[in-house]
Amino acid sequence: MSYAANFALVLPELVLSLGAIALMMVSAWGGPQSTRGVSIASIFVLAGAIVALAARGAGGGDAFAGLYRADAFADFAKVLIFVAAAVSIVIAPGFFQRTAGDDLRPEYPVLILLSSAGMGLMVSAVDTMTLYVGLELQSLAAYVLASFMRRDTRSAEAGLKYFVLGALASGILLYGISLVYGFSGTTSFNGIADAYRTDGRALGLVFGMVFVLAGIAFKIAAVPFHMWTPDVYEGSPTPVTAFFASAPKVAAMGLFVRVAIEAMGPAADAWRQIVIFSALASIVLGAVAAIGQSNVKRLLAYSSINNVGFALIGLAAGTREGVASVLAYMAIYIVMTLGSFLVVLRMRDEAGQPLEAIGSLSGLSRTQPGLALAMATFMFSLAGIPPLFGFYAKFAVFDAAVRAGLFPLAVIGIVSSVIGAYYYLRIVKTMYFDEPAAGYVKSGDRVEAGLLVIAALIVSPLGYLSIPALSAWTGAAARSLL
Amino acid sequence: MSGFPLLSLMIAIPAIAAMACLLVPAETARRMALGATLLNLLLGIVLWTGFEIGGARWQFVENYALFGRFGWALGIDGFALLLIMLSVFLMPICIGASWRSVTQRVPEYMAAFLVTEMLMIGTFAAQDLFLFYIFFEAGLIPMYLIIGIWGGVNRIYASYKFFLYTLLGSVVMLIAMLYMAAAAGTSSIPALMAYDFPASVQTWLWLAFFASFAVKMPMWPVHTWLPDAHVQAPTAGSVILAGVLLKLGGYGFLRFSLPMFPEASAQLAWLIFALSAVAVIYTSLVALVQADMKKLIAYSSVAHMAIVTIGLFAFNRQGIEGAMIVMLSHGLVSGALFLCVGVIYDRLHTREIARYGGLSSIMPRYAVFFLLFTMASIGLPGTSGFVGEFLSLMGTYQLSTWTALLCTTGIILGAAYALYLYRRIAFGPIKSDEVRGMSDLSTRELWLLAPVAAVVMWMGVYPESFLAPMRGDVAALLERVDRATPPSDSNPTAGRRVAAATHAASGEAHR
Repeated sequence: MSYAANFALVLPELVLSLGAIALMMVSAWGGPQSTRGVSIASIFVLAGAIVALAARGAGGGDAFAGLYRADAFADFAKVLIFVAAAVSIVIAPGFFQRTAGDDLRPEYPVLILLSSAGMGLMVSAVDTMTLYVGLELQSLAAYVLASFMRRDTRSAEAGLKYFVLGALASGILLYGISLVYGFSGTTSFNGIADAYRTDGRALGLVFGMVFVLAGIAFKIAAVPFHMWTPDVYEGSPTPVTAFFASAPKVAAMGLFVRVAIEAMGPAADAWRQIVIFSALASIVLGAVAAIGQSNVKRLLAYSSINNVGFALIGLAAGTREGVASVLAYMAIYIVMTLGSFLVVLRMRDEAGQPLEAIGSLSGLSRTQPGLALAMATFMFSLAGIPPLFGFYAKFAVFDAAVRAGLFPLAVIGIVSSVIGAYYYLRIVKTMYFDEPAAGYVKSGDRVEAGLLVIAALIVSPLGYLSIPALSAWTGAAARSLL
Repeated sequence: MSGFPLLSLMIAIPAIAAMACLLVPAETARRMALGATLLNLLLGIVLWTGFEIGGARWQFVENYALFGRFGWALGIDGFALLLIMLSVFLMPICIGASWRSVTQRVPEYMAAFLVTEMLMIGTFAAQDLFLFYIFFEAGLIPMYLIIGIWGGVNRIYASYKFFLYTLLGSVVMLIAMLYMAAAAGTSSIPALMAYDFPASVQTWLWLAFFASFAVKMPMWPVHTWLPDAHVQAPTAGSVILAGVLLKLGGYGFLRFSLPMFPEASAQLAWLIFALSAVAVIYTSLVALVQADMKKLIAYSSVAHMAIVTIGLFAFNRQGIEGAMIVMLSHGLVSGALFLCVGVIYDRLHTREIARYGGLSSIMPRYAVFFLLFTMASIGLPGTSGFVGEFLSLMGTYQLSTWTALLCTTGIILGAAYALYLYRRIAFGPIKSDEVRGMSDLSTRELWLLAPVAAVVMWMGVYPESFLAPMRGDVAALLERVDRATPPSDSNPTAGRRVAAATHAASGEAHR
């Protein structure tokens, strides 16, 4: 395969990497006043990456002798990742401008671009080495982003915590990869799958699988590797939190699915137990622990743990429908979660300082009915109550689980979703039933408002009209894996 | 009327009106909501007149494959028609009942009611399993808001309890639905009604559906959310809760449990009978000692709904027709009783029975209506309550004499608590000057109660109008469940048919 053909396949990551390097130069010489220009340019770079994806069309294949694969699955995940990354860049200036402390610097969009390039590699990885490189590129950029507000101790703490625990998880993952490599003699997913097929019960392979999955579970924040999530979500600047809750989740979930299906597919019976445990534990813990929270960002952190649990139910099915349902779930999930964070960004007191207490939402339906309606839509949708679109996400994963015959999992999972409904309802209750609090200062940001409206419309019952397109797309993506 | 999407239109009108209501001031929102509900009532009448009795089983069918995995499939049979009529009939009354009593956040209030109406019509008209589920579950959101925003003192607790209780009941049903759609390869309700699931699977599916419908119904012992929700909800909220939302459970049994799982229904009929018998006696006794009017009516609802469930699981024509009539009658009567409570609550702002007394001399017109609805609730001949309860108990007697015996005591107990309530409110000495100052029904209130009273009498005197549309559907249902009908415990032998018949007749005469 010629270099040109290889580079054509990795064009999206190429665009991102070169764009990021070029913009880093601009920001190094341009200084803080280049922030706006660099941000706009990075959005174009992300758009360029999506165009590069679209330009390739339906074709695909392996690049660099089986290190990287371009297929429909990766394409779907990448579109979600790039869109979520672009949204995180768009919403940042408004936040930093109005918040006391550090200003937005041009490094912010550059770091998001680098992280996106890493995420692109993650979902396209068909070799444990690409997997690790992609994961680390994503993570290292993310650690810096978490502590982007240098003078805010919470932000610094978030970055440090994320880094230390992330490094630990990377270590676990590497240990697992080395075990798998040692017992299969290869780093390629196909080769690993062959090893599992011939001798899936070899102790080293089983241990390797457990460590690899544990390392990835850390990245998607599935129980029992979720502890960092609430602290990091709370401490990071809100646009960064929105980013963490969306793009890296999709990337890590895509990676998880690909590793489980392509590399360890023959050992499905073994990893299914792990996934089922993790799914149920995430659903229950995410729901129960959220009840006591009074900070809306921490609450959304537990909500993300809870939602990852539901997505894992689709993976536990291990079928084509299951994979498709995970992708559909993640697509709908990032819209709901980005929408919720867009509302959180608007929670500011008269002085423009961000508020994070749930109590400050009191009576929002009377002070800002539109904002309250949007937030209520996202909350009911995250709880999976029809007719909102979040219901379809749960519908898809449970359908896959039922079709795969996992009845106990489906029943326990859906009954636990009622616990989760409680805390989402609490937000609605605070906004609609309680007496109005001081209220928020009105934001005049048109772009943010536009994004909020788009997210609310997708989540509203109108979203159901997109099901045929969504299932065709996720179905094609799943077929490229199974 | 063929080809015109009348049902979609009936769903669209309240939806559009609800959105419009949010954008206009209070007074316009009231008028808009009333206009939209009256228009829907008019369309409902068109629907009824256009419904061909004895015609195709499913009429006004629409089917668009909009959502990939499931479709926008609508269509009605006789059962659905009658329940849709009940919804569109009660809705303008609900709006009228809140005309002056709701002053806070009127546009949102009207929007919530219109959304509820839309969802109720959708639930009854849905012909796709998942479309049904979406409408069925979505009803929780507006009701949660109605109770939580415009409810009484303890509204937050009641709204949570309502939401979580009913949600927990319903989610397991979703899993059962997913299984059914996967096994049968279709999510169309008419197709599934003809699909035979293996008997062992039926039991599990039946239990999953039972979990949902028993909570909605509500059946003892999962009825505890209802008194809380009723007491805290605003008057119109109680009307719609008792009038239409409680019918979803009965409709579910009729549409899903019986035709889709006939074997399991027969096998588990004892469970229904046992829970219903307990419910009738226990909740009637509980109703007897209530000090709060709304709570009393709420408990009486649980007892009446138990008469519905035994009728449905009697596996014969009288039982099922009776159950349907009880549902319709209860929708009207308990709705009207809540309106009656609302009328005096608006004047004295208390639901405590002890605060009232002697209203018959101060509010004579009110006392007449209240008496009529009380009697209809008891099941006095000439009112709708009698027709339904009589048929339902007669049907039950043919299958289980014991259940019929136990449930008939509910009629006596029902008379006890209803008459006792009426005596305390309407008769006796006038308690206080506050009560003396209460004015009789206003024209608006008269317009709310009179139509309900007229229909209650109509249903009591000439029930044929309501029985005719569902006759064919009952026959189809019976044909479907026939193979599983459990044996009767009265064992009439062939040679002594006459004796058995007189026995049954004398049993009924004790009513």
